[in-house]
Amino acid sequence: MAQLFPRKINTIAKLSIIMGLGLVTGILVLGGILTRGPYYTQVGIAREQKVPFSHKHHVGGVGIDCRFCHTSVEKGAFAGIPPTTTCMKCHSQIFADAPMLEPVRESFRTGKPMEWTKVHDLPDYVYFDHSIHVKKGVSCVTCHGQVDKMPLMMKKNTLHMEWCLSCHRNPEKFVGLREHVADPHWKNTEDQKTLGTRLVKEYKIKKLTDCSVCHR
Amino acid sequence: MSNSHDKHHEPQPPVLTGQHTYGSLSDKVASIPLDPKHSKGWIFGFLIAFSLFGLLHMAIGWVFFKGVGVWGITNPVGWGFDIINFVWWVGIGHAGTFISAILFLVKQQWRTSINRFAEAMTLFAVACAGLFPLLHMGRPWRAWWVFPYPNTMGLWPNFHSPLIWDVFAISTYATVSALFWYVGLIPDLATMRDKATFKPVKMIYAMLSMGWRGAASHWERHQMAYLLLAGMSTPLVLSVHTVVSFDFAMSLIPGWHTTVFPPYFVAGAIFSGFAMVLTLLIPIRKFYNLKDMITDKHIDNMAKITLATGWMVFYGYIIEAFMAWYSGNQFEGFMMLNRMSGPYAPFYWALILCNGIIPQLLWFKRVRLNMLFIWLISIVVNIGMWLERFVIIVTSLHRDFVPSAWDIYTPTKWDWATFLGTIGLFLTLIFLFIRVLPMVAGFEMKELLHHRKKHQ
Repeated sequence: MAQLFPRKINTIAKLSIIMGLGLVTGILVLGGILTRGPYYTQVGIAREQKVPFSHKHHVGGVGIDCRFCHTSVEKGAFAGIPPTTTCMKCHSQIFADAPMLEPVRESFRTGKPMEWTKVHDLPDYVYFDHSIHVKKGVSCVTCHGQVDKMPLMMKKNTLHMEWCLSCHRNPEKFVGLREHVADPHWKNTEDQKTLGTRLVKEYKIKKLTDCSVCHR
Repeated sequence: MSNSHDKHHEPQPPVLTGQHTYGSLSDKVASIPLDPKHSKGWIFGFLIAFSLFGLLHMAIGWVFFKGVGVWGITNPVGWGFDIINFVWWVGIGHAGTFISAILFLVKQQWRTSINRFAEAMTLFAVACAGLFPLLHMGRPWRAWWVFPYPNTMGLWPNFHSPLIWDVFAISTYATVSALFWYVGLIPDLATMRDKATFKPVKMIYAMLSMGWRGAASHWERHQMAYLLLAGMSTPLVLSVHTVVSFDFAMSLIPGWHTTVFPPYFVAGAIFSGFAMVLTLLIPIRKFYNLKDMITDKHIDNMAKITLATGWMVFYGYIIEAFMAWYSGNQFEGFMMLNRMSGPYAPFYWALILCNGIIPQLLWFKRVRLNMLFIWLISIVVNIGMWLERFVIIVTSLHRDFVPSAWDIYTPTKWDWATFLGTIGLFLTLIFLFIRVLPMVAGFEMKELLHHRKKHQ
């Protein structure tokens, strides 16, 4: 009987075992890389906005406190996006004619709120509350990064659940002094381990890792 | 294998009859898949199976579109048809490995002509079973969350949960069964390659047979691999349904929280598996005229196993009722009374009839050798085993601890469509299997023939 296949099929058959395993592993690894990489998480990618608002200028340069604009951060679940009037407090006087700020003035004229692209957008099934985190000494920069150095807003962290849990499981690694919570320049002089352990006790921080803490 | 057989065994009724040679066996086995014409009966059966399979697509599509609310599940009865059918199908999937592995290890020659078919049936039943937990999740596109892998949630699945044990039990079982089946197929695939005349068909069988040449070294490795796989499958036969029973037994629901569940589930699984093999093999051996290979002796033996495992299951029912009374636990007691006289009492008594009473006919040899009778009994057992799961799941849940939460469970047409659909999937796969692969292990039959010649 004539041979059905040429001799090289032997090599191909053996290679196909390795290739098959490699393909499966490759797909799994690729999936892992993609879901953690900036393509999916948008970490470190400056997002386009209608008005190119610069936190670097307003926080780093002018020195405005976070809470001046994000007024509800200490009391509510959401930090809050300022109304147009907050912008116009200054921008009715300075850069009052800047073409870049036309959408702001238009919003002020028409009363229609500004539209911003939400950068830190948690899934709807996560019930995050800013106020409790601020009260327990989790500073703004811990999650949002040095916004005073960001010309355009970008995510500093993935907001993956494993990232949330990294602090919820070990809060002492991340807590800081309550009174410096909104200060992007504050650096603790103590060792984080000593400070963290002390503050966890002092602020009565619990390791909240039950599902229902964040999901209902 | 032949060298390991005991040469001084007692004479037994033949498990291979007729005037056969090695050649005639090969021809017989290979002729069914290689026949270029589809027989009318096959087309007819396949079309029915395939339309039911279409129904499954429709049912699954609707469940994906609307959610599990289209089923009849309600608030105390959160486990409805999906889990009933899951357990039923997994149970059916037990005969294959039992026949192939355990009977192989205990050197039962009569397994040889039915093992291939039973293993295929096992795989298809497990495929049907696997669908139900996926659909039951409600969000099947998240199904991979049940596997432990380094995920972005920073979580492992809950290893305390028997449902996760189930994931491992079923996936291991499916993998090992598929391997076992495939390894057993290789020599026969090579026969198919040699017998096939149409080049593309020849090439496909050639690829599947992985260059099998029948060399002594091939056989040596094959036998060892087969023996090892048999050894690996054997504990799985017991573990899979044990773990499935843990889904119930680990909970605190009266009627589920019992230690008798694991052995009783395993026995029930083998019981239903053998019943399904009988249901399928009796018509197939008639239709394809395989009576020389699948002899009356086979049917007789399978009927005996059905009878024996049937008694184990029946013992389970008796113990359940006894314990409900003996424990003095009012919830257990109520559950049992409710089962026997509540709104689902007809199902309970039908189950006792199907699994406990009717199989007793198998004590009689006349019944065991009457193909019509035994076929009907096997169908009754299949129904009985389905009713068993229905009774266990629904009657335990629908009246639980708080009377204000009681409710009645009624399946909807989508429940039925999904169930019938999986029967369609199962039968479609069976029909395709008998058309493309040798359903009787040809090389093992030849061994039997060799054995018979040597000892005549």
